[in-house]
Amino acid sequence: MNFDFTEEQSMLRDSVARYVQDNYDFEARRAIAESTEGMSREHWQNFAELGWLSVPFAEEHGGFGGSTVDTMLVMEELGKGLVLEPYLATVVLFGGLLQRSGNSALQAEFIPKIIDGTCLGAFAYLERQSRFELNDVQSHATASGDGYSISGEKVLVFNGANADHLIVSARTAGEQFDQQGISLFLVPIDAEGVTVTSYGMMDGQRVANISFDKVAVPSTSLLGLEGEAMALIEAVVQHANVALASEAIGIMGQLNAKTLDYAKTRKQFGVTIGSFQALQHRMVDTFMAYEQSKSLLYRAVCELEDQADSAAATVHALMVMIDRSGKLIFSEAIQLHGGMGLTDELDIGHYAKRLMMINTTFGNGDFHQAAFNALRYA
Amino acid sequence: MDISFSPEDLAFRDEVRAFFDQAYDADLQARLADKASFKEAVIDWQKRLYAQGWIAPNWPVEYGGTGWSSTQKYIFETERSSRGIRDVVPFGLQMVGPVIYAFGNDEQKERFLPRILSSDDWWCQGYSEPGAGSDLASLKTKAVLEGDEYVVNGAKIWTTYAQYADWIFCLVRSNSEGKKQEGISFLLIDMKSPGIKVNPIHTIDNHHSLNEVEFNDVRVPVANRIGEENKGWTYAKALLAHERTTIAGVADSKRAFDEVCRRAALEVNAGKRLIDDPLFRKRLSDIEIELMALEFTELRVLATVASGGAPGAESSLLKIKGTELQQAIQSLNMELAGYYQGVLDNNLSAEQLGHEFGSDARQSFMYGRAATVYGGSNEIQKNIIAKAVLGL
Ligand SMILES: Cc1cc2nc3c(=O)[nH]c(=O)nc-3n(C[C@H](O)[C@H](O)[C@H](O)COP(=O)(O)OP(=O)(O)OC[C@H]3O[C@@H](n4cnc5c(N)ncnc54)[C@H](O)[C@@H]3O)c2cc1C
Repeated sequence: MNFDFTEEQSMLRDSVARYVQDNYDFEARRAIAESTEGMSREHWQNFAELGWLSVPFAEEHGGFGGSTVDTMLVMEELGKGLVLEPYLATVVLFGGLLQRSGNSALQAEFIPKIIDGTCLGAFAYLERQSRFELNDVQSHATASGDGYSISGEKVLVFNGANADHLIVSARTAGEQFDQQGISLFLVPIDAEGVTVTSYGMMDGQRVANISFDKVAVPSTSLLGLEGEAMALIEAVVQHANVALASEAIGIMGQLNAKTLDYAKTRKQFGVTIGSFQALQHRMVDTFMAYEQSKSLLYRAVCELEDQADSAAATVHALMVMIDRSGKLIFSEAIQLHGGMGLTDELDIGHYAKRLMMINTTFGNGDFHQAAFNALRYA
Repeated sequence: MDISFSPEDLAFRDEVRAFFDQAYDADLQARLADKASFKEAVIDWQKRLYAQGWIAPNWPVEYGGTGWSSTQKYIFETERSSRGIRDVVPFGLQMVGPVIYAFGNDEQKERFLPRILSSDDWWCQGYSEPGAGSDLASLKTKAVLEGDEYVVNGAKIWTTYAQYADWIFCLVRSNSEGKKQEGISFLLIDMKSPGIKVNPIHTIDNHHSLNEVEFNDVRVPVANRIGEENKGWTYAKALLAHERTTIAGVADSKRAFDEVCRRAALEVNAGKRLIDDPLFRKRLSDIEIELMALEFTELRVLATVASGGAPGAESSLLKIKGTELQQAIQSLNMELAGYYQGVLDNNLSAEQLGHEFGSDARQSFMYGRAATVYGGSNEIQKNIIAKAVLGL
């Protein structure tokens, strides 16, 4: 047993860390967040050239053949810099679905384009009524001619504003909550009948509500088997959750470090505020919350790599802990910064907002706790 | 031990209800909700309360107070907040007004109090400085006497609504020797004075309420000093002890809590309403139980005050518990909004977005982080209880 990274993994992590440090300071990030696209295509192209966009993909498609550990390392470093470019949406979700779909034609067409940075993708799964339930799908696809016709609406599609291609979940059979009957389709954003309404989120992301009005797609755009997509979706979302947790670890580490630094320099009553025991104990609590979260992240990554039966429950446990620790850590970070913590000019509030979004993306803490309970105490 | 209302109290309640229902009309509410008309609408609302004679329930009758019993004040507060009506802007009516009538001279009372009551002057509070937050007494903004004027230099920070204010009340350093607390004076400064510059500070709720206020050779007549030179700290402290009796914000929290319950009945996951979810119910009742207790803690403190006692360190308890509960309620709102909590202000309607309250849930949550920081942070309040109540 060891928790060391391979030399290759360390190099990958250092490469992301260095890039973020040199090119993605808080002011640079703010400018990107305020731009119309909310992302920088120049950065994205650099990510491609540095090989990061190839990390999880199989070597046969030009990928790096990386493991869950590699994605974790990339996401943690991206988290530290609050990087806005759509790594999760394009590589982990869109790319992950393609990679696991078994559709070799679509893989051969799109994975190389993800890797070279020319394809931006998004996964359109959420509907206005579905809250956190992935199987709550009302959008539907009906067979028509030699393909399908898709109608319905997806909301809050991450990277939906900039993506050129979507993977859309839609019902080909069954009722609103059925596990069976959900299919995935690859849809070009400029297909006829697709309408994109984009808007900004508090963490600087631009998302979109996307409606589909009898959008015609060929049967070759079906990922996996018709009506059998839930298992695929769940597997990819599990990895996405671990990627999000990794990003969160990067953020929580930054919040703790910055708060500690502030406590060591801010003086009131003639001494640093870090000398007050009441605050010391709270910083010890946030430190422990971070270490515990990191341990659970490593556990989840190891179990996923080993394809252990317990992995599903462990990922839910991880997301519960990330939710609770995240809230503790950002609340204390703001509180200990006093009035400064309330300012938009400081990065603290922005780290907090990204954590808040991470903790609602694929379910909040309560959702994951209920899922964990259902698996463990059934 | 008796908490029932008398027939007179009930008649008073009807009167208050009738007034609010008529005066707090839809047009006013719309203007309050719009950033562009916010200031003018606040003044309009406060003038309506003023015309009714109800603008300053806590002031002594001789200066324009209502002479209400503590039960009547409680009724007024409850009726106000249960309608979601905002409290008055505190800086004039709840902060500097009481300092002026308690420690000002007759000329100051005549000059300032009527315009505070009528909301013709908008006030802001200039206490905090970049280097003087929790340790307020270490403030450095300097006032040097030249003839019959002070020359003020320095900077105040976190000044709420300075961008709207006609006047600012400041604690300034008039003596740098000896004990820090004994070299501070209390000045009333006209915001139109040459040498004052207001710089906005944008906050994490994406709004602008805070500012930095710079003073460069600002000349302030000695006549604008409250009480004696170097005694300002005493006046400011006396005010803190008498700060509003509704510091816990229980009435507002009750309304916010009811709204959470309403939303929890609308929000559905897997076909199940959140209000029926055992985990969510536990979150709700954890809060409601504390709130039920806090309402009576507040009433106990009010009763002490009514019978002539001073609200001492108990107000620290109200502040800590009250703000913790406010934040707990705001957090639940965020849980309800789910990912919609992240939606920024934009031109999309709730119908286009697919959700009703995400953006406002976030704004009050983000701004709400401040409640445990301002007015003496909760850590400082705990220090006060430890020292003054527990004798540690
Ligand atoms: C939204 C908002 C509105 C405000 N409006 C006004 C206004 O209108 N006018 C005005 O004058 N001021 C205003 N303030 C300022 C407010 O009063 C100060 O922020 C507050 O006094 C804390 O000071 P600070 O921000 O410098 O934090 P600091 O004093 O630097 O405190 C930083 C952290 O250290 C903790 N700490 C400090 N001392 C101790 C101790 N001895 N023991 C344990 N912990 C300690 C604090 O609790 C806090 O968590 C406002 C602040 C906010 C956030």
